[in-house]
Amino acid sequence: MSDQETSVNITVNGQPVQAVPGEWVIAAAERAGVYIPRFCYHPRMSSVGMCRMCIVDIDTGRGPALQPSCMVAVSENMVVDTTSEQTRKAQDGVLEFLLLNHPLDCPVCDKGGECPLQDQTMAYGPGESRFVEEKRHFEKPIPVNSLVYLDRERCILCDRCTRFADEVAGDPLITFQDRGDQTQVNTFPDLPFSSYFSGNTVQICPVGALTAVPYRFKARPWDLTEVESTYPNPMGDRVVVQASRDQVLRYQGVDSDAVNWGWLTDKDRFAFEAGASDLRLKTPLVRGTPLGRFDPAGQELVEATWGQALSGAAEAIKAAVADKGPHSVAVLGGARLPNEDQYAWARLAKGVIGTDHVDAQLDDGLPAHAVIGLPRATVSRACAPGGTVVLLAPDPKEEQGTLYLRLRHAIVNDGVQLIELTPRATGLSHLAAFRLHHRPGEAAAVAAALMGGHIEAGPDGAIGGVAAVDVAAAAVAIADRSDKPITVVLGRPSLAESADFTVGAAAELSRFANLLSAGGRPGIAFLPALHRGNVFGALDMGLAPGLLPGRISLAEGGPALTESWGSVPAAPGVGARGILQAAAEGRIDVLILLGVDPLGDFPDRRLAEEALSGAGVIVASELFLNPSSARAHIVFPAAGFAERRGTHTNLEGRITAQRQVVTPPGTARADWAIAAELARRLGADFGFSSPEDVWDEIARVAPSHRGLSLEAIEAAGDGALVADSSIAFAPPEGITPVPAVDAYSLRLVAARRMYDRGTLVQHAPSLAGLAPGAVLALNPYDFDRVGVEPGAVVQVISSGGEVQAPVQADPGVPRGTAALGYNHPDLDVRDLVDPGTAVTDLRVQTR
Amino acid sequence: MARLSPSSLAVAQEIISRYPVARSALIPLLHLAQEQDGHVTEEAMAHIAELVGVAPAEVMGTCSFYEMLKRAPVGEYMVNICNGISCHLLGSSELIHHAEATLGVKPGGTTDDGKITLEAVECIAACTEAPCLQVNYRYRNRVSITDFDRLVDDLRAGTAGVAPHGKLAMVRQHIGDDRRAGAAPPDGQGQPAWLARNPSDAEAGP
Repeated sequence: MSDQETSVNITVNGQPVQAVPGEWVIAAAERAGVYIPRFCYHPRMSSVGMCRMCIVDIDTGRGPALQPSCMVAVSENMVVDTTSEQTRKAQDGVLEFLLLNHPLDCPVCDKGGECPLQDQTMAYGPGESRFVEEKRHFEKPIPVNSLVYLDRERCILCDRCTRFADEVAGDPLITFQDRGDQTQVNTFPDLPFSSYFSGNTVQICPVGALTAVPYRFKARPWDLTEVESTYPNPMGDRVVVQASRDQVLRYQGVDSDAVNWGWLTDKDRFAFEAGASDLRLKTPLVRGTPLGRFDPAGQELVEATWGQALSGAAEAIKAAVADKGPHSVAVLGGARLPNEDQYAWARLAKGVIGTDHVDAQLDDGLPAHAVIGLPRATVSRACAPGGTVVLLAPDPKEEQGTLYLRLRHAIVNDGVQLIELTPRATGLSHLAAFRLHHRPGEAAAVAAALMGGHIEAGPDGAIGGVAAVDVAAAAVAIADRSDKPITVVLGRPSLAESADFTVGAAAELSRFANLLSAGGRPGIAFLPALHRGNVFGALDMGLAPGLLPGRISLAEGGPALTESWGSVPAAPGVGARGILQAAAEGRIDVLILLGVDPLGDFPDRRLAEEALSGAGVIVASELFLNPSSARAHIVFPAAGFAERRGTHTNLEGRITAQRQVVTPPGTARADWAIAAELARRLGADFGFSSPEDVWDEIARVAPSHRGLSLEAIEAAGDGALVADSSIAFAPPEGITPVPAVDAYSLRLVAARRMYDRGTLVQHAPSLAGLAPGAVLALNPYDFDRVGVEPGAVVQVISSGGEVQAPVQADPGVPRGTAALGYNHPDLDVRDLVDPGTAVTDLRVQTR
Repeated sequence: MARLSPSSLAVAQEIISRYPVARSALIPLLHLAQEQDGHVTEEAMAHIAELVGVAPAEVMGTCSFYEMLKRAPVGEYMVNICNGISCHLLGSSELIHHAEATLGVKPGGTTDDGKITLEAVECIAACTEAPCLQVNYRYRNRVSITDFDRLVDDLRAGTAGVAPHGKLAMVRQHIGDDRRAGAAPPDGQGQPAWLARNPSDAEAGP
């Protein structure tokens, strides 16, 4: 920054300051330690100069003059004075004006104590108002949606919430209305601010005008204890967790440059309610007699002591291993746990029990090699100005909210070109340079044509349902920009088709990575977008078949790890589907479920059902009793987010810290402690007495994490990126091409929506009702072909089964395709998905 | 009366086709909706939002800024009596009182037959012709009480020659295809198509 061309010399209050060209005066001053008061200015949004609070004396050679420092860019030899008499008088006057219509109801206002208006009035404002007339009056808080209330009397019209809605979220559903002396923020009548990101407006509101329903009147800011932590979502959003009287009351986003920029989705922001649910498990439960003795034949789950539950589980594991060998024990889940807890379970399963039947995903993600075997991108790389993003993933707006916001910003402001390689439109479609909406299951053909330039269109002039001219144009656009980074966002665009198709498309894209990175060009990297909080930690910690902690295969890492662990599994195990098949066939004597619900979540429900019936003893470590854990024989109550310490790994491989602020309910324990305690009863002493001990061992034995200390993670601010991997991507071989869809059928796309049947959503009262109604979405032109009317409730029939659903027109669904939400509270798509077929074709008929 | 009728929609589409960016047509479309229904209904706003590709709240934000766009039903004729200084000095208050008495409504109110909405407005920039008023924004100058009564009679009889509220012009503008700038944004287009039609304009151009 000391470079002449990259810095501008200005003077702030007599101090020389080096500023970045183009930077606003308010930002340059803040970096230099001079805080200029402001209400409307927000560093992540455009400047509007609405509030006039940041007016200071700026001299650009023509003498000092009052100018809004959020609208004036730095220039050479500029002199800024934030303390002059003129500035002080201006700030005083602005505050008096802002307070004309602002009610003096601070004692009953939720913002009191953390209110910029209150604070700045104390610091810069007049002691008294000369305004004696009547203030403006509006109906007291009106709901702008079911989560956010708006008190228009308190609003100072800073345009932050409306700017956020328009610029950041892209949902301009709140605007200024009746502009003039009655200006107010409001929605269109009967059209609520139904944005997935509405909670952010509450966080950035500089007064108490916007309040969040889950937090209203719950606490005073000075009663809150808080810690900075990482929300367990795949993006690893940085948050401040605030609690009072041992109860979590609020999450606030933290402006982390690497990840969430201070934003959170409403789903994550308000999911804290689930943690305090009365339905949380508080004591261990075992199936047996009322005294808590474990009896596999027992009918009811009864409360037990930890000793009873742990020894019951240990005995069952011992018996299974002695009877049928270690592979009669299997572990499913753990993708939502911190790294330490995942490591402890992985060591218990692989090092103590000796089973490799371990899988954190439920066959609804991607194989581990496609996540840690491909060159990994960061979010910043994906958002690098002028780059290219290929979206080979489900709608980020539905599944990866803050990633959506970052990508949206990059596309709108930084000239990133988005190429959608998806089976249907997403929340970013209207911003995409190319929308290559292919037929379900045919992404790989389009990917191959896109990267290779070999366009062999079918008789319809299309490749995989995408017009060949569009693919050709997109291919040219990628090649033209190949001097800038190309990032593939890689996830499962549809759960109604095999993951092989997505991995196959990724293989096509990666095949050209070397070509594109020749000559010093940045080439292609992959940003995996999977479901479940810490799924990337789970893969790194070895909670996948054939893997060991530290991104190393069982074969390669086994010998080294045997020295620390004593033993590793003799043979590779199978993934979730294999485990459930084995259980269904009676080959699994102990099935351990770590915060997963195969009955509710596994794409093949019938198999999950048979597996739970066929498994010998089911042991669950859970926050809630869900359909699967309710069938368990032993249930350990686990500590949840904010109730334990640990570290989290995000989609980039970035490790950040999670901290504890409340105690777990009842006797619930952290999973690392449960695993260590169980190991002790199986004769292995892990020597863990804190999560820090577990981390020290990870940093010792996991090759990719070797030498990475917790201090280094903390010191890095945005966390530490883990980059090394010795896992090789294995392109799938011999994928059978999908058959053509017949003239009367539609091919199904099933993807998750933000609000679904998920455990946290359903246990958070504010979120539980937000799932949209289940509808089958068809292209408007397909109604005639299949002979139904929009809005009609139809019978949907596939080779897997049939359901009833209303049909709706959705131009975002390509012709020949039908879309349904996965994991919907009312409609189970799994009733249609036939595990025997690679894609799901369905027919609709009127009842 | 709700969304734009098929005939209004055809006009709306023609209006939109005049602008390189569809949302530029927002205000003309609000006038069109007001012409159709006498005021701008919420359904029409939602329809306009669809047509120009913005959120309904943004249409509301624009519509609510303009006093001339009414969001609640008004009479067929808006009678705006000026109460600026010149008009006041020349008796507009008496005129307003008289109007209140004859029409039976206060300023802001609409007569029971739905014909006339009375408004008292600030200066309408015709001070030399005080006291003045507007009927659907058409001026009536130096209005005496007798003039006013005759005006009300004419309005009720439909013989005042004033179009109903919302109709801005008796003749709708049509722009022929040969006079259009074309579908592409104007920048980089060179000389607009219509400029060459008048040789003297073309010479005077830059």
